Amino acid sequence: MINYIIRRLLYAIPLLIGINILTFVLFFIVNSPDDMARMQLGQKHVTEQAITNWKQQHGYDLPLLWNSTAAAEEKVTDTIFYQKSVGLFLFHFGASDSGRNIGADIKERALPSLAVALPTLCVGLLVDITFALLMVLFRQSYIDRVGTVLCVVLMSISSLFYIIGGQFFISKLLRLVPISGYDDGFAAIKFLILPVLIGAFSGIGSGVRWYRTLFLEEASKDYVRTARAKGLTETQTLFGHVLKNTMIPILTGVVVVLPTLFMGSLIMESFFSIPGLGSYTIDAITSQDFAIVRAMVFLGSVLYVLGLLLTDISYTLVDPRVRLS
Amino acid sequence: MHCCNALLVLIIFLTACTGSQLNNPYSDTEGSQSVLYQSFDERPKHMDPAVSYSSNEYAFIAQIYEPPFQYHYLKRPYQLVPLAASKMPEIRYLNAQGETLPKTAPDSEIAFTDYIIDIKKGSYYQPHPALAQDARQHYSYHSLTTAEIAQANKLSDFKNTGTRELIADDYVYQIKRLAHPKVQSPIAEIMKGYIVGFDEFAKQVSDKPKNAIKDMAMSGVAVLNAYQYRVRIKGKYPQFIFWLAMPFFSPMPWEADVFYNQPGMAEKNISLDWFPIGTGAYLLAENNPNRRMILLKNPNYHLETYPSEGEPGDQQKGLLIDAGKSLPFIDKVVFMLEKETIPYWTKFLQGYFDASGIASDSFDQAIQFTGSGGVALTSSMLDKGIQLQTTVETSISYLGFNMLDATVGGNSEQARKLRQAITIAVDYDEYISIFMNGRGLPAQGFLPPGIVGYDDSPQSHNPYLYDWVDNKLQHKPIEAAKQLMTEAGYANGIDPKTKQSMILYFDTGLASVDDRPRSTWYRKQLEKLGIKLVIRATDYNRFQEKIRTGNAQIFTWGWNADYPDPENFFFLLYGGNGKVKFGGENAVNYQNPVFDKLFETMRNMDNGAQRYQIIQQMQEILRHDAPLGFGFYPKKFSLFHSWYKNLKANSMANNELKYLRIDSASRAAKRQAWNQPIFWPLLLGGVLFIVLLIPAIYAYRRYTKEPLQ
Repeated sequence: MINYIIRRLLYAIPLLIGINILTFVLFFIVNSPDDMARMQLGQKHVTEQAITNWKQQHGYDLPLLWNSTAAAEEKVTDTIFYQKSVGLFLFHFGASDSGRNIGADIKERALPSLAVALPTLCVGLLVDITFALLMVLFRQSYIDRVGTVLCVVLMSISSLFYIIGGQFFISKLLRLVPISGYDDGFAAIKFLILPVLIGAFSGIGSGVRWYRTLFLEEASKDYVRTARAKGLTETQTLFGHVLKNTMIPILTGVVVVLPTLFMGSLIMESFFSIPGLGSYTIDAITSQDFAIVRAMVFLGSVLYVLGLLLTDISYTLVDPRVRLS
Repeated sequence: MHCCNALLVLIIFLTACTGSQLNNPYSDTEGSQSVLYQSFDERPKHMDPAVSYSSNEYAFIAQIYEPPFQYHYLKRPYQLVPLAASKMPEIRYLNAQGETLPKTAPDSEIAFTDYIIDIKKGSYYQPHPALAQDARQHYSYHSLTTAEIAQANKLSDFKNTGTRELIADDYVYQIKRLAHPKVQSPIAEIMKGYIVGFDEFAKQVSDKPKNAIKDMAMSGVAVLNAYQYRVRIKGKYPQFIFWLAMPFFSPMPWEADVFYNQPGMAEKNISLDWFPIGTGAYLLAENNPNRRMILLKNPNYHLETYPSEGEPGDQQKGLLIDAGKSLPFIDKVVFMLEKETIPYWTKFLQGYFDASGIASDSFDQAIQFTGSGGVALTSSMLDKGIQLQTTVETSISYLGFNMLDATVGGNSEQARKLRQAITIAVDYDEYISIFMNGRGLPAQGFLPPGIVGYDDSPQSHNPYLYDWVDNKLQHKPIEAAKQLMTEAGYANGIDPKTKQSMILYFDTGLASVDDRPRSTWYRKQLEKLGIKLVIRATDYNRFQEKIRTGNAQIFTWGWNADYPDPENFFFLLYGGNGKVKFGGENAVNYQNPVFDKLFETMRNMDNGAQRYQIIQQMQEILRHDAPLGFGFYPKKFSLFHSWYKNLKANSMANNELKYLRIDSASRAAKRQAWNQPIFWPLLLGGVLFIVLLIPAIYAYRRYTKEPLQ
């Protein structure tokens, strides 16, 4: 398995380089270093000299990908792409174009993102699986039928509606929790209740439908019929056998998103004023801060690759038949 | 069920912790402190006064840094008064040989102007680690080791703090910082044209570290004694005094640069750009732009008192109740990050923000229009004791014509009449009503209210656009525009060259779906003249590029005053500032020798009847030439609670927090009354869930008892 992991990590290197090049090209198709300088220097009294100074100070006075005037390997190394990308592979994100250290910002923002995303995932998973099992348990009953219709209805509603509706009902009308905000330590709990509840609730429709399908497929297999024939109750069959055997597809969906939980959610964090990473990338794109954009895209890619690897590894843990080679 | 129980337990637990206000977003207790709660929606990029140049940054740094002068809080028109300075500057004119000239010397003889500034004695910096000294008078944190820096994550991790008296050196040092290319001050290029020796100094220090400038001299600035310094500028530039009221010219102790420029500090985000050091009424105690910023009263703040005179009417409005009292009144200011308007508005209504603007989606909730066209608060706002203050901002939003364009530009009679016809057709009264909820004032000239030269008489108007009928202004009818089109040779909007409807282009950098209605509105306005307006929407970068290269035809643009002088507006139309030819701020590339000559005369004059007359002449030229449609002056609507005292909108000053006062007891009582939690819907929900489950349980039991089929 070690060999497999090493091989997968090595595969990731060209993938990350490719993603980095793609981000670089896409960003600079839309923005030029001059545009970036203007954005950072403001709208007033910006002269060409000031733009030249800014580019020089921030290392954007070099050619983008190929320096034809340089000698030998410097044709590649004396470029914006090389200078700005090498540090990424050592996780040295450097300073943003407005001067702040990106690594320090990411460290500071990752925890609040995780504080919302992890409980949302756990609560969502628990609620989805519980309701899905309930519907399978009462399948063909009015609970199953009404539940299915309700799930379709819930799936059809935009997540923005849940946020605004939840804020209006819980915070404005019932005044039970703050409508937005964040705090350190345990003081954060009162700010997290509403986003976590809304996050979990908004995923119920799709989540329950997905897990219900998985459970029903599993419940129709021969071994379940055998278990019932042996006299096991419906609850023993569901919780003792069906749930266990449905773990592989559940894990596929869950483990892959675990590392990316750090990256946060843009809308949720914005509406609840959670100081996480969700809005960091969008803010950077808006302010044309290439340094942050490339760092966040790189980090997102690394975490996604890591998520896929963890999923593969988790298969071996839940299914003894799976071997990584 | 378990979830509901857990939620109830949690709610009861939280109730026990925070009294009855479960929705209180603030965890810190106020105690006996007077605390003001505000919000911000965009993280400030810079806190270094040499770099910062946007209003969201000034909201913080203007409370911390003290330039020599400030705007009087209450008086209008805006008036400069000393802040860190002990008196207004002594201004001396010099000839090319450096000899002093009399005050009445003609402009042509004035080669230099000296501003001699005296600062108050006994002003001290806020407590700061950069100024901390040990028992041997050595700076505690100026030679930190890598390990010591590695242990620090924020400024407060440096436990020792110190202070020292503010001296003239600090002001001179800051001007040298403005020149240093590595500081990247946005006004460096402008100041090169004014301050003597600025450019030479910039070249001299370009390869030196930021903190190497302490002992290097700039020929135009000099310390005359510990409390007096001199700034020498080229020629005569009376508006320079306004620059001296901006944070750019705040004092900076050299110790700050030494402290912050130690290797490893920037990697920790501990920089001057992030942790200011000033002598102002407040100090930045917490800087977390991802969540909140906290200002605390500066314990070393010098004596400053609330103004004892203002405009007529200020007494009646209660704005002079605190006259003569020591500033500031508020101990702590909490700025919370609030990006979305819905939670922001809700918190204001719940009493958790003390003041608020009005977003479009809350406008109808807050404001109603009276029969006479005025504005008033709705009954729900009045019930809460909320008050409204409206102010016209010192800004203008206008419709620009590229004067280099072959069709709409140029000084020909044909083009001028076409432009005038378009400005009549584009009805900004309607625009303000549709898109701005009435929050704007149609502009009659280029100068907004509050700027010297603005004619505030009711009948003052642009005769090319409005008529004065029955004691009120009336927008000219569209027939007048059609007549102008005919005179211009475009009868019914037909282009004589193509014999078809004239096609014009509207360039905009607002390309989102939300912006489409505005573009469509402009198209419909020109349809009234038979003109087809093609919308060329691009991203903002490309739009700016079009303006720079002169490839735009008709566009909207705006300007927000730096200082309350007409020079700061008319320079936008001065020929020498043409965007395409000279890279200046004249986005419409307007060039009129008469206007330019008047501008050159007006900018160097002291305020008075003669200057006012010239300003009116310049306004008249612009109305006649119509290089732009004047558009509108935005109007700011501010709402504030009854416990919020001494608020008077001031478009020029940003250091207003020190004048504000909060009635904390009244706020606490109202918050308590407005935020009682309601639990019964939760209990009802739980009961309903159980009721729904009971038949299902029975059905399940029946199902499990059935034999297998």
